[in-house]
Amino acid sequence: MSPVLKVSGLKTHFFTRAGVVPAVDGVSLTVDRGEVLGLVGESGSGKSVTGFSIMGLVDAPGRVVEGSIELNGRELVGLTEREWRSIRGKSLMIIFQDPMMTLNPVLRVDTQMIEAVTAHERVSRRAARARAIEALSAVGIPSPAERLSAYPHQFSGGMRQRVAIATALLNRPDLIIADEPTTALDVTIQAQILYEVQKLAIDTGTAMIWITHDLTVVSGLADRVAVMYAGKIVETGTTDQVLDAPRHPYTVGLIGSVPSHNKRGQPLSQIPGMTPSMTNLPEGCAFRPRCPRADDRCRVTPELTPTTGALARCHHPHIPSEAAA
Amino acid sequence: MSEPILALRNVSKRFVKSLDAAERMANLVGAGLADEVVHAVDGVSLEIATGEVVGLVGESGCGKSTLGRVVAGIHPASEGEMLFRGKRLAEMNAAERHEAALRVQMIFQDPMSALNPRMRVAEIIGEAPRFHGIVPRSELSATVDDIMLRVGLDPAYKRRYPHQFSGGQRQRINIARALAVNPDFLVCDESVAALDVSIQAQVINLFMRLREELSLTYLFISHDLGVVEHICDRVVIMYLGRMVEMASTEELFARANHPYTQALLAEVPRLDQRKRTFAAIKGEIPSPLHPPPGCHFHPRCPHAFDRCRAERPALREVAPGHISACHLNDAAKHSTGTSL
Ligand SMILES: Nc1ncnc2c1ncn2[C@@H]1O[C@H](COP(=O)(O)OP(=O)(O)OP(=O)(O)O)[C@@H](O)[C@H]1O
Ligand SMILES: Nc1ncnc2c1ncn2[C@@H]1O[C@H](COP(=O)(O)OP(=O)(O)O)[C@@H](O)[C@H]1O
Ligand code: SF4
Ligand code: SF4
Ligand SMILES: [Mg+2]
Ligand SMILES: [Mg+2]
Repeated sequence: MSPVLKVSGLKTHFFTRAGVVPAVDGVSLTVDRGEVLGLVGESGSGKSVTGFSIMGLVDAPGRVVEGSIELNGRELVGLTEREWRSIRGKSLMIIFQDPMMTLNPVLRVDTQMIEAVTAHERVSRRAARARAIEALSAVGIPSPAERLSAYPHQFSGGMRQRVAIATALLNRPDLIIADEPTTALDVTIQAQILYEVQKLAIDTGTAMIWITHDLTVVSGLADRVAVMYAGKIVETGTTDQVLDAPRHPYTVGLIGSVPSHNKRGQPLSQIPGMTPSMTNLPEGCAFRPRCPRADDRCRVTPELTPTTGALARCHHPHIPSEAAA
Repeated sequence: MSEPILALRNVSKRFVKSLDAAERMANLVGAGLADEVVHAVDGVSLEIATGEVVGLVGESGCGKSTLGRVVAGIHPASEGEMLFRGKRLAEMNAAERHEAALRVQMIFQDPMSALNPRMRVAEIIGEAPRFHGIVPRSELSATVDDIMLRVGLDPAYKRRYPHQFSGGQRQRINIARALAVNPDFLVCDESVAALDVSIQAQVINLFMRLREELSLTYLFISHDLGVVEHICDRVVIMYLGRMVEMASTEELFARANHPYTQALLAEVPRLDQRKRTFAAIKGEIPSPLHPPPGCHFHPRCPHAFDRCRAERPALREVAPGHISACHLNDAAKHSTGTSL
């Protein structure tokens, strides 16, 4: 089976006065039909820019400088804005952390959802409306037919995010990119949304990239995980591989700092230092200044290479026996 | 439990939401709208022992920050009384009240918005001790250095401005500023929520170390149950302004009594759960402007029965030191014939 999405060697850089920001610097990934890929990393690691690049939404001073993005075998890099518009909103959808990035505050929900359908397909308004009601009920909005005539501000934050997700589903896209859509929500509401999303991926076969900084969300939702650090994927594999037997020292550190992995009341194991500035990265491995395993070899940038288990970008990856210790 | 450093007795805080311009216009044509009252905190009683870490948990808008602000003396309570070291605030003279206010400091979620961007770090940290005359002028600079070292900041950076620091460092500046007046009690309002995972662990460790070194007491407000379980001794669960359950951390995580707490615990995403099926509690968080009658939780509660819709359940002890407000506890008591 060929993947829905295949990204190879993607580089998206921002040309700012302070210098070139290599926000995405050689990212490769694939997503299959019905699969959820968790893209994890701390703020500034390049997750959103990766998502925006796939959506063709990167603006000046940023630009895709290298690499390829194929959706169902079709190359997207280099498309005209007109061609992008026919794909975006139809085959490719994005859900943002703030649902108001998708929803128009001055239009009723039904107006927006019906337009989202008719912009890409010749269907009657009535058929489009029926599809909107179906999508709203699929994301768990009670009495959707009545709620359709409301304005976005009449919904709570969690409801609004569900409306944004329902809108994303309308045209049965091939790929949905979800950029931290539950980060601002309460755990109860987050769980409701994750529940609906999980069902949808299974029922409709839509492929998904779920962007988050929260490893615990990924563990419950994703089939595979890619961990980003300073614009690069540093480790990727199945969720079990990455979370149960991490190879990269950064992933090991991240997992170790989750409170439930530590003995109650004891100091948490922590990664020293700070997340790096993207305009002033160290030479070689970007994690070097914070890495307990760093040595001279790490002055040379490591490649993403197979280990026993996941792929890791590291000269001295953890090996299985140690991870157990 | 040792002597409480702080006690709340039936504390409530109400806010009046005044009509906006459009609503006043509507009233001119006879809409008859009145100011609305938000019962942000509704009759909370709580004692916190010296050296204890109490977690305060609940969904957005349930009144955690408001309760924290009342404890920190930022908001006066609308009702009820607060005692500091056994003495009622209402009975204190101005000097005592001022002293008590300094002893309780609050640390907010957003490290940047809490810091004045035009002040240097040394001024931010040194301002309060200078203003309150806690440290002689000649020793101020050395004191600032000490505090910076204590929270893991290099005193060499004391002449920098807040924007020249990372998020985690800014939160350390906030903590340093609070520590500068030698508080006994810190109210931490989502103090690690805005930080990156790796930095969050550093700041949690800092809080735990400071607790040891300075014998601090904490009210730790957080929506992150993983963090709360890790560092708190006792946990208070709030729902729409009311305390619905309180127990030691171990007891609460092992034997939650209230249906709301049980649901919250079930939703916590955990690292060891793979491809779990999310089965969420139904329904939205109701508006605190119009809380449901009886038990506030009844529209979302899988066990609700008639009485829940009419009568507010009282907090009752369900095990030593474990209280919960749910009518099911009465039903259980009656059916088994035991009493507490
Ligand atoms: N100054 C104020 N004026 C009017 N209403 C207020 C004020 N402060 C808080 N409220 C209301 O009181 C209720 C409780 O708010 P509070 O900020 O304490 O919630 P919280 O539990 O801290 O929520 P979150 O998790 O979102 O921070 C909310 O309905 C809020 O809108
Ligand atoms: N419009 C822009 N101009 C300059 N730099 C940018 C812009 N957008 C993003 N960046 C930089 O790109 C890097 C990655 O950002 P982003 O993808 O948003 O991170 P995150 O992983 O938090 O989503 C950061 O260093 C950020 O500052
Ligand atoms: S390459 Fe070296 S510095 Fe980078 S993560 Fe591996 S061991 Fe650490
Ligand atoms: S009192 Fe009734 S509605 Fe409230 S939590 Fe208990 S069973 Fe549920
Ligand atoms: Mg982002
Ligand atoms: Mg709050």
